[in-house]
Amino acid sequence: MQLARVIGTVVATVKNDSLEGRKLLVVQTVDRNLEASGKPMVAIDSVGAGVGELVFWCRGKEASFPFKREDTPTDCTIVGIIDSEQHVTK
Amino acid sequence: MIIARILGTVVSTQKDERLHGKKLLIVRPINVDGSDTTGYVVVVDTVGAGYHERVLVVAGSSARLAQGLKDVPVDAAIVGVIDTVDVN
Repeated sequence: MQLARVIGTVVATVKNDSLEGRKLLVVQTVDRNLEASGKPMVAIDSVGAGVGELVFWCRGKEASFPFKREDTPTDCTIVGIIDSEQHVTK
Repeated sequence: MIIARILGTVVSTQKDERLHGKKLLIVRPINVDGSDTTGYVVVVDTVGAGYHERVLVVAGSSARLAQGLKDVPVDAAIVGVIDTVDVN
């Protein structure tokens, strides 16, 4: 899992039926100093995260586990919201 | 998932039988601001996307979880057509 900052939203009306009702967010991965690192990705939200929040996300097939796992095609899912930046011990 | 733009199509007659009837497209990953990156990926389309549209591409084994791709040998699939990307 990796730390990331939610930096935006994505709207897609036409999508695979298995993604119906899912919230799509743009996440920017950050390093331990909370500086941006790497390219932003589009993630599905499983925890109710919002723009500006610090989150952690899961990649790969495991990303579908928070949902009906055999049914949700995602390789990038937000699985937790970090309480505050002070809760990231460097 | 990544954002990509559709560059073209691929036609393949001789292929795994589970790929029969699947639309193959060439896409180029793009940045959230819409600018191009390098490289390209061949993907299976599950939503009926068209040329030059911005799409959502899921990669890896998760691509097989898309409806219609169960047990199909793919590692990249289009799962959505993007209307807007709003980045602050």
